Amino acid sequence: MTRTMETVFEASRKGRKGYALPKLDVPAADCGAVLGDACRKEAPRLPEMAEVDVVRHFTGLSKMNYSVDDGFYPLGSCTMKYNPKLNEAAARMAGFALAHPLQPEDTVQGALKLLYDLGVMLGEVTGMDAFTLQPAAGAHGEQTGLMMIKAWHESRGEGHRNKILVPDSAHGTNPASATVTGFDTVEVASDDEGMVDLDSLKSLLDDSVAGLMLTNPNTLGIFEKHVLELTDAVHKAGGLVYYDGANANAILGKTRPGDMGFDVLHLNLHKTFSTPHGGGGPGSGAVGVKAILEPFLPAPIVTCRDGRYTLVGAEERPKSIGRVRSFYGNFGVLVRAYTYLRTLGAEGLEEVAEMAVLNANYLAKKLSGLYPLAHKGCCMHEFVLNGGPLKSETGVSSMDVAKALIDAGYHPPTVYFPLIVPEALMVEPTETEAMETLDKFAASMEAIVARARSEGPEAFHAMPESTPISRPDETTAARNPVLRWQFED
Amino acid sequence: MSRYIPATAEDRRRMLDYLGVGSIDDLFSGIPEKVRQKKPSDLPPALTEPEMVRDLKKLSGSNRHTGEMVCFLGAGAYDHFIPAAVDSLISRGEFTTSYTPYQPEVAQGTLQAIFQYQTMVCELTGMEISNASMYDGASAAAEAAVLAATATKKKKILWGGTVNPQTRETLETYCWSRQLEHRELKISGGRIDEADLRDALAGGDAAALVVQSPNFFGNIENLKAMADSVHGAGALLVVSTDLLALGLLEAPGRLGADIVVGDGQSAGNPMSFGGPAFGFIAVNKPLMRRMPGRICGQTVDRLGRRTFVLTLQAREQHIRREKATSNICSNQNLCIVAASIYLSLMGPAGIREVGEQIMSKTEYAVGQLEKTGKFKRAFPGAPSFREVALIADEPVEKLNRRLLEAGILGGYSLEHRYPELKNGWLLAITENRTKEEIDRLVAVAGGEA
Repeated sequence: MTRTMETVFEASRKGRKGYALPKLDVPAADCGAVLGDACRKEAPRLPEMAEVDVVRHFTGLSKMNYSVDDGFYPLGSCTMKYNPKLNEAAARMAGFALAHPLQPEDTVQGALKLLYDLGVMLGEVTGMDAFTLQPAAGAHGEQTGLMMIKAWHESRGEGHRNKILVPDSAHGTNPASATVTGFDTVEVASDDEGMVDLDSLKSLLDDSVAGLMLTNPNTLGIFEKHVLELTDAVHKAGGLVYYDGANANAILGKTRPGDMGFDVLHLNLHKTFSTPHGGGGPGSGAVGVKAILEPFLPAPIVTCRDGRYTLVGAEERPKSIGRVRSFYGNFGVLVRAYTYLRTLGAEGLEEVAEMAVLNANYLAKKLSGLYPLAHKGCCMHEFVLNGGPLKSETGVSSMDVAKALIDAGYHPPTVYFPLIVPEALMVEPTETEAMETLDKFAASMEAIVARARSEGPEAFHAMPESTPISRPDETTAARNPVLRWQFED
Repeated sequence: MSRYIPATAEDRRRMLDYLGVGSIDDLFSGIPEKVRQKKPSDLPPALTEPEMVRDLKKLSGSNRHTGEMVCFLGAGAYDHFIPAAVDSLISRGEFTTSYTPYQPEVAQGTLQAIFQYQTMVCELTGMEISNASMYDGASAAAEAAVLAATATKKKKILWGGTVNPQTRETLETYCWSRQLEHRELKISGGRIDEADLRDALAGGDAAALVVQSPNFFGNIENLKAMADSVHGAGALLVVSTDLLALGLLEAPGRLGADIVVGDGQSAGNPMSFGGPAFGFIAVNKPLMRRMPGRICGQTVDRLGRRTFVLTLQAREQHIRREKATSNICSNQNLCIVAASIYLSLMGPAGIREVGEQIMSKTEYAVGQLEKTGKFKRAFPGAPSFREVALIADEPVEKLNRRLLEAGILGGYSLEHRYPELKNGWLLAITENRTKEEIDRLVAVAGGEA
């Protein structure tokens, strides 16, 4: 990682090309005459490059990224575990990658069986009765789940329930998803242990409440010990409870949202079930529901009738909320998740949770001499460091520490989230890291904190220095947005 | 221990000793006893890699696919050629196993790729601003409808009956959930009925018209004329299109579009049984701060070097929470890296040539089919691209079965969605089809009825 690169537009040379189409073997149509005004008059300024130029350019770009394949990536709440290569090979098999989504069902029984089996397995792991694999991402799953909650209330003549309760420790996506589904968000306070305050919750429950969204373990990495009381209270008030599966890696084989009283959940298959993050997607936000919500699942769903797999559309499912996207979801991602699940089995999944939690507790204790922890006792799969005292003492912020970690060869933890902890550093080691990796990371953290104490913030301002660029001017980026390449005409 | 976990039994013991706990179970003591899972999940036994490969081969092998069949099916997913360099490059772990560029210093590769993609989308659509991509074309159209409603402060969305049925279903879902009204416009000659559009706009209460061009039948809609009437009624024109088609077709931005959305699968992404690929959305400056999703911008670092960052984040959920413009907090990143590699290889001449070959092959196929006397165009007056609606002289199911037996994946049956198009057959012809393949299609389709 040493230098910035020219853009493809700067690398472009007129007349170069990286393709060769077969010679046209039918009479050439007069496109201009057929299309008239609809025919393009001015060519788009796409780059003109030889194949070797394109390969070197994108190889160069890739080298400016830090990835799980490069090293330790303890980005809290993102579950950056190792992504097995077998899963990549699986998604590329011709029978999957080259299948057209509208082929006759008899010709895609393997693909439909995979979707069906994946839904059943996810149902077993989470304790839910049915799944849709259609949502493309976690936020899309939240939206889908909340739509089902909305449709359920409407079906009971309770469409006036317009409030979704969200803890103050929640991901920002939760309230945003509530808004895009037409709900108002009401924030629920956390208690001094970082858990949802049961009394605060109860005081908010009335017949305007449609439901509660809960992440468990929560964003502090702790399990809501009153979870049954929380879900019960919401149910008694006529609401439903949504489980945000962002942190499901911690509970595999140990407890199931379906047994905690949740009615609907999403899983980020790109977190817990190890499909790669791809620099920000594609992912999958599979949604599971209890039987009461099954009729509301997006259409179509995959079902098995007399040993034959088939898609059941909205015409047979009158209560369905409808479609939330085209086709059946990010199938290629689902193939990877299926492969992961079958590879691990029940025992393997439980080991995932155990090692994720053991690694997190081990690393938390190693760092506890440097920072106050936001939790008491044991954490689950991740933990939050309070960077406030270090900042007050030395002037070195958690962002400074993050940049120093980059120079030490790591991807930093999540910074400044959750919002309820000052200068938060949220660390999620995952199960796929070895003890010595955690030891080395702890040693780096120790060195960084020591340097903060001895040299103060000035020593950090130039960091990172090992990367193609140093800290960007984000204010200018937002104030004078340059969102595309500016050609010199 | 699973092969993806490096910890040995000895490591576990040392870590537990360090923590001063007797067993791993003690770490889970925070989970109330009542909700503890009492027995292991009932899943099939774990498979080793060789066993897993056998299982996958069996599953994938029981699918037929477009690698061994000749594909004339489209309707939202298309069999275009993808150069080998695309998959080779996106398979690099640095692209595949990195995440959202929260730390720009270690994500310039992803960020610059997004910036370049945004530029390519702007060039193709003729719009000023693109975001970093959407889940797919259908959800992009729905987000555009919501954006238009917010921007115009009106609550009614219009769309053509010529929009892809799956996009219309997605629009319906989003409209219901956002409490927006909608009206579907009639079809005339395979395009939006202009009289019905005028009628729908007359009330002045429409936020947007969503029009697809090439539409579901492959027909090119008259965007310019629609833009004028839509704008005259104080509404926005949302054009849904296809990224690769814009190599040959006029940029919707030049024809009056306010928001351009669509699918990008055609540019460098395999069909993969319907996903993942990506959707795109592009707007002009007045709507910039209302855009959903992440956007990459150019700036400088502290030493003045060119740098790319995620920007305009005041729109987004992690800052604005319930006041965000949308809840989207990811993009279909790897799929847009694939698209930008594809578009860099093809260049402007390449995608133009793809478009011209598609037009020529479509003309040829339709001409040959008409010659059999068994097919006629459903909409003879409308110019079309890549897809064409035909009326067969026999039920499409029967026709497609005969083709399948000959190793040909036939067109989409229109009758189910459009009962007025009895024996309607939507045929897709990409640049990937050869004359020989088209001749085979014609021979089998035109054979015994």
